[in-house]
Amino acid sequence: MNDGSILALVAILPFLGALMPGLMIRAGRNACASFTAVPTILALLLLGTQVPAVMRGEVVSTTIEWLPQLGLSASFFLDGLGLLFAGMILGVGLLIILYARFYLSGDDPMGQFYTYLLLFQGAMLGIVLSDNILLLLIFWELTSLSSFLLIGYWKHLPEGRQGARMALTVTGAGGLAMIGGMLILGNIVGSYNLTDILAQGELIKASEWYMPALILILIGAFTKSAQFPFHFWLPHAMAAPTPVSAYLHSATMVKAGIFLMARMWPVLAGTEPWFYIVATTGLITMVLGAVIALFKDDLKALLAFSTVSHLGLLTMLLGFGTKAAVIAAMFHIINHLTFKAALFMTAGIVDHEAHTRDIKRLGGLAKLMPITAIIGVITALSMAGTIPLNGFISKEMMLEEAAHTVWYNNPWIVPVLATLGACFSVAYSFRFIFHVFGGPVRDDYPAKPHDPPFGLYAAPALLTVLVVLIGAMPFLAEPLVTAAANAVTGLDTHPHLKLWHGVTPALWMSVIAFAVGALLLMTQAKLNAGWLRMPRPEAKVIFDAIIERCVAFSKAFARSTHNGVMSRYLAFLVVTTIVVGVHAYFTGSIAAPTREILPVPPLVWVGWLSLVAATWLVVSQHRNRFRSLVFISIIGLMISGGFVYLSAPDLALTQISVETVTIMLLLLALYFLPKDTPAESSTGKRLRDAVIAIAGGGAVAALAMAFLTRDVDSISAYHLANSYKGGGGTNVVNVILVDFRGYDTYGEIIVLGIAGLTIFALMDALLRGPAAKRLRDRAFSPDRSRDRHPLMMVVATRAMLPIAVMVGIYIFLRGHNQPGGGFVAGLVISIALLMQYMASGFAWAQLRQRIEYHSMIGWGVIIAGLTGVGAWLAGKPFLTSAYGYLHFPPIEEFEWATAMAFDLGVFLAVLGAVMLMLYSLSRIARFAGETINVAPMDHDPSEVPEESATDQDQKEGQ
Amino acid sequence: MEMIVASAIGVLTAGGIYLILRLRAFPVILGMALLSYAVNVFLFSTGRLAINAPPILNKYADVSYSDPLPQALVLTAIVISFGMTAVLVMIALGAYLEADSDEINLADPEDDAHNNEGQGA
Repeated sequence: MNDGSILALVAILPFLGALMPGLMIRAGRNACASFTAVPTILALLLLGTQVPAVMRGEVVSTTIEWLPQLGLSASFFLDGLGLLFAGMILGVGLLIILYARFYLSGDDPMGQFYTYLLLFQGAMLGIVLSDNILLLLIFWELTSLSSFLLIGYWKHLPEGRQGARMALTVTGAGGLAMIGGMLILGNIVGSYNLTDILAQGELIKASEWYMPALILILIGAFTKSAQFPFHFWLPHAMAAPTPVSAYLHSATMVKAGIFLMARMWPVLAGTEPWFYIVATTGLITMVLGAVIALFKDDLKALLAFSTVSHLGLLTMLLGFGTKAAVIAAMFHIINHLTFKAALFMTAGIVDHEAHTRDIKRLGGLAKLMPITAIIGVITALSMAGTIPLNGFISKEMMLEEAAHTVWYNNPWIVPVLATLGACFSVAYSFRFIFHVFGGPVRDDYPAKPHDPPFGLYAAPALLTVLVVLIGAMPFLAEPLVTAAANAVTGLDTHPHLKLWHGVTPALWMSVIAFAVGALLLMTQAKLNAGWLRMPRPEAKVIFDAIIERCVAFSKAFARSTHNGVMSRYLAFLVVTTIVVGVHAYFTGSIAAPTREILPVPPLVWVGWLSLVAATWLVVSQHRNRFRSLVFISIIGLMISGGFVYLSAPDLALTQISVETVTIMLLLLALYFLPKDTPAESSTGKRLRDAVIAIAGGGAVAALAMAFLTRDVDSISAYHLANSYKGGGGTNVVNVILVDFRGYDTYGEIIVLGIAGLTIFALMDALLRGPAAKRLRDRAFSPDRSRDRHPLMMVVATRAMLPIAVMVGIYIFLRGHNQPGGGFVAGLVISIALLMQYMASGFAWAQLRQRIEYHSMIGWGVIIAGLTGVGAWLAGKPFLTSAYGYLHFPPIEEFEWATAMAFDLGVFLAVLGAVMLMLYSLSRIARFAGETINVAPMDHDPSEVPEESATDQDQKEGQ
Repeated sequence: MEMIVASAIGVLTAGGIYLILRLRAFPVILGMALLSYAVNVFLFSTGRLAINAPPILNKYADVSYSDPLPQALVLTAIVISFGMTAVLVMIALGAYLEADSDEINLADPEDDAHNNEGQGA
């Protein structure tokens, strides 16, 4: 059994599971929550099977190729660090699912919540399990997106929406920076595989691109982990439901940045820039977060800033770049998870029961909700770093590391600041305890608080047990911390986690912290007044102002450029193209002409003159729309003639038949459009447009001339050489269409089919809108022909129908070897049918041939597709053609080729699309009151007048 | 001969550009049609010009052939440009029937936003 493949399954399980809640919510909220837990439990169990291997120091991995050309593969690996995080994500995830079941009220769409939660869980798991940095980036962005959904879960709250937007903007921008950094790393190493990159630490640190990569990746990590000065989004994200805050903003997502720094530690850490950037940022964040936390009255805001502070602590530890610091960081990740998630849940319970999170309105809850109080007090003590809880041990380890860190030759600054941070940490933790649970019971709570049902406090209670257990028996966490620290450093670490380290400087720092912390709490009211008077930059105001500027700029820019004047856009486009082309001409080099100029016979001059004259007439007479259509058809004819002369018979056939269909279509459309274009442009504008047009035309002519007088190597020789051998046809153009480039053709018939269906759909929509009324009220011009279906036309088209169809079939059949093929045949047959429509009216003709044009397009595409798929049965790639020869005695050799079936598909699709387009136009006509004629022609001489008909009979009788 | 083809492409392009800069839908459609001709002939001409050398293999004699590849590409391009013209015509027609005007420029983007809201309601 390949152990690694389990990892891919673990990573994908939450995504698959995300479908569950949506389906199960109909079965009730308990069922929904239970089924949401299933994928998480399964993933946790699967992860459990890998624990022994990881604990032995092995790295479990698996690779699924995805886009090998880009170096992107779905590779996953699991080492100690990955196990630590994956365990946290799934374990806490499970507790959150339980907690959220009881936390969310009946009005909240629970299915949605769980779906977002599982999406987030999957994205987060993906980050910690990815062995490919491109894959990691994808999951990284997914966490930003899914957290956006979760923060904004309460869509009706403006704070929720704004907080979600802010979080997405900040973390998304950081993600962009990180993409840059990761790509640089990948370029330095020459591989996007994390394992390869981690092995190349020396190479990366020596590279001149180290600094840019470091800074970009750190921006990504700092924004995600709310490090100063990007910390401001986290408190605003607290508008999310509390389970989200507990999960994303204490346990998992905000630690993604920490995870990334730990992951990249072997290749980025240990240098001076790393130390000064990471450790300093961490230190500032730690102190700042702790200070602000003390002055927050909202429980969740207090916890949010405390989280910012603890994330700073972790960042600082990683920044130190020492083995011991990494051990402390890994251990503190576990500890912070246990107490902070429990504290958030406690805050949620208080909010849920007392209907307020404002510390000023709380107090005395210990007597009213004792269980909650026990949980809250124990975990808050741990947060403060009180012996004998787990928070104490990792904080001691942090202070120990800080105590002998020298910053710019100054041995005091780091320990002093770390102690200061610890002081405030103690103060806000105590404030949480004494101002919420302590003090006398009040009688003005918004709601009567009491302990919640078991389901709500089960999860934080379990975490509290862990807090106490790890504190009392830290060796329990030792294997996991060892595995994680080994994975981070790539070295052998031997942490000895114990509660009592003896009387060390760190212990003294702790003692100071507690003393000062208690003092701070006692004077909090006075300090708070001073804090409120102090001018402080308000992050949200600054952020909103920046966003507003950006929006205003974009709006102004869009309005000035995108002002609805289409002709101006087009003019800009054309002029820009000309300028770029001219620039290329003057800066590039061009070889001397190599081809001889071909002679021009007199007939060609005639054709050229007709074409130029017709173009001039189209342009100069364009206001008379009908006349310009007549002139444009001359151009089409001349071009067809040109194709004949210049050895492109297939093109000539196609051009002339397309020309016919196009003119008919335009004529039909013109019937409903104004017949004249008013003169609107000023002479100046016309002159300007003429200058642009002539410049554009001249440039294109020069370009064409440059092409035409120079030789070039192309792949066409291959086609000429292999057309008969490989494709079995002598018409190389047709063989290219149905064989060499068959896939292109396949795409093109689909496009044409879509165009046909689009037109049909457009018409359908149109005839339901206000246009329908306008059409019905339409007054037709009085000079309509009274002979709409003339006798001569009807008779002539009837006689021509079989001939035209025969020509179409002939052209189709010979296509492989002689000019012709499915495209041309489809057009010819559609012209044959169109002639009937023109002669006797569309509806009359339609009644006599029941062809469903929609399905004709469909069948065309299906037949062409099946022909291509047929090649798979023979073990060949899509659209490989086969051919052979049959001999019927009286006739000559007869060729069969699978390409013929493909061409049949082309034929059907073209015919169906063309006819559907014209059918749609005729529907408008009928809507506009066009009557359906019952007789094929308006005046049938064999029927009227009655008398003369009798006379005729008599004469014939004689 | 090369000059003839190049100048024809140029003339068609110039006519097409002039027409697409007009203010009504129909001339713009005509302009697009002219541009399609120009583009198709231009693409065709990248295979260079040859007379009496169609790319139909001759079993009996060793003769030269014109370049088949641009021809194959242009063949589908001609058909596709028909499809494009048809869609354009239909959109122009729809716009005209809905708004009773076939101007292509929006009068004022601000007004337009209001109009859209009105139609949506």
